[in-house]
Amino acid sequence: MASSGLELLWVSLPQLGKGAAQTLLISLLSIAFSTLGGVLYGVLRTLGNRLVNVVLRVYLELFRAIPVLVWLYLLFFGLPIFFGLSIPSFWCAVLVLSLWGASEVGEVVRGALYSLPRGQREAGLSIGLSGPQLYGYVLLPQALKRMTPPTINVYTRIIKTSSLAVLIGVVDVIKVGQQIIERTYESVLIYGALFLFFFFICYPLSAASKVLERRWAQA
Amino acid sequence: MSALIEFQGFNKFFGEAQVLKGIDLSVQSGEVVVILGPSGCGKSTLLRCLNGLEAAHSGSLRFAGNELLDKRTDWRQVRQDIGMVFQSYHLFPHMSVLDNILLGPLKVQKRDTREAREQAQKLLERVGLADKRDAFPRQLSGGQQQRIAIVRSLCMNPQVMLFDEVTAALDPEMVKEVLEVIQGLARDGMTLLIVTHEMAFARAVADRVVFMEAGRILEHNTPEAFFTNPQTARAQQFLEKFSFVSTLPKKIKELEPI
Ligand SMILES: Nc1ncnc2c1ncn2[C@@H]1O[C@H](COP(=O)(O)OP(=O)(O)OP(=O)(O)O)[C@@H](O)[C@H]1O
Ligand SMILES: [Mg+2]
Repeated sequence: MASSGLELLWVSLPQLGKGAAQTLLISLLSIAFSTLGGVLYGVLRTLGNRLVNVVLRVYLELFRAIPVLVWLYLLFFGLPIFFGLSIPSFWCAVLVLSLWGASEVGEVVRGALYSLPRGQREAGLSIGLSGPQLYGYVLLPQALKRMTPPTINVYTRIIKTSSLAVLIGVVDVIKVGQQIIERTYESVLIYGALFLFFFFICYPLSAASKVLERRWAQA
Repeated sequence: MSALIEFQGFNKFFGEAQVLKGIDLSVQSGEVVVILGPSGCGKSTLLRCLNGLEAAHSGSLRFAGNELLDKRTDWRQVRQDIGMVFQSYHLFPHMSVLDNILLGPLKVQKRDTREAREQAQKLLERVGLADKRDAFPRQLSGGQQQRIAIVRSLCMNPQVMLFDEVTAALDPEMVKEVLEVIQGLARDGMTLLIVTHEMAFARAVADRVVFMEAGRILEHNTPEAFFTNPQTARAQQFLEKFSFVSTLPKKIKELEPI
């Protein structure tokens, strides 16, 4: 039994690997877009423009109040119906995860920028820095330490949440696992493998986040 | 010669509250003007309007002939010409002393690295901190940090320097080292606007003293005249708080030779 189980895993490996690659690709793209969008969101929120703030608050609350799964269905099934616009399931997953992740990373960035002493901004302005220079050289580098650990935690949540993509038909590691189970009925074995897959990707990240948090809290 | 800085009927509001009321003040090039007044009277706001950290409301404020209330004012240029030093230094904690000083000259003024470094080095020597060039702000005392902050502004080659209670956050034994630097600038003929609660320093460094209260300029005089013979009751009360003018008029004379 044990040996046949291992054998099954062994022969399924290429297939599982393909699924895992899809999962990782969706996650990595979403993490990259979330980071870019999140920094943009965080910076925009600290500019003090009322209209911009209202728009971004609405965006944030929409992604806080509505589950990612509902967003996935909404965009994947809703867009073709209401706008005649259909996106491939892979990119739909990336889009939703990125928008959701950007709102989460964005709040982290906003909080980190907000916590800096106001004098840093004024000192930067008083030597004639432009807005982008002020953020690029003075504010964001200082916010980096404070925002990195919670941002890594958002990354692990993006990776885990990417598993929802299976529900709009993306053939990711979960879907591949399900297909193997349908053929072989080895659900414990396959789900065990999926367990290890997610654990070994996410655990180092959250451990790193803890270490950084502890190290930088002392500095 | 026309004034370098000229406030005329200048007003500033925070919401409903008017914190600067019809300010008239002109500063000639090379002049050292000390602004005194009780807490909350608008001294900081006055300085901050001058380099655009606060938006003016109405009236006129001219710098080197240009109206700063004009919507087209290029504040980045004005700020290079008007350096400002703050009470709590606000050095950039993630940069070394040298990087703090060079950020403006290199990124804003796009100057030659060699030339800017040489100037930074000279200025550091001048304030006695050449050996701290590669230190980080957290490794320095308050007095050292404040001297670096002054150098950071000076290295932009401004025409004017604004000092807003730059010794107020310092331990007493460090006040002198900072004030000496400012006094040196005054001696070199730099235009300075200084807000301070150090009365002896004000008296020693000022060409003119401006006394403010509740958003208005109440007095405007030479330091000797102001400290020995304040015109308004409010200024007298203010000075008494610093026990500089004794309540007994005859003692004023004894103080004079300081
Ligand atoms: N950002 C702000 N919003 C609202 N009111 C403000 C703001 N900054 C200052 N004020 C108010 O404006 C008035 C003048 O403040 P300012 O800081 O210029 O006084 P100051 O003379 O520098 O006082 P201090 O000696 O305590 O530094 C005060 O009543 C203060 O409460
Ligand atoms: Mg003040």
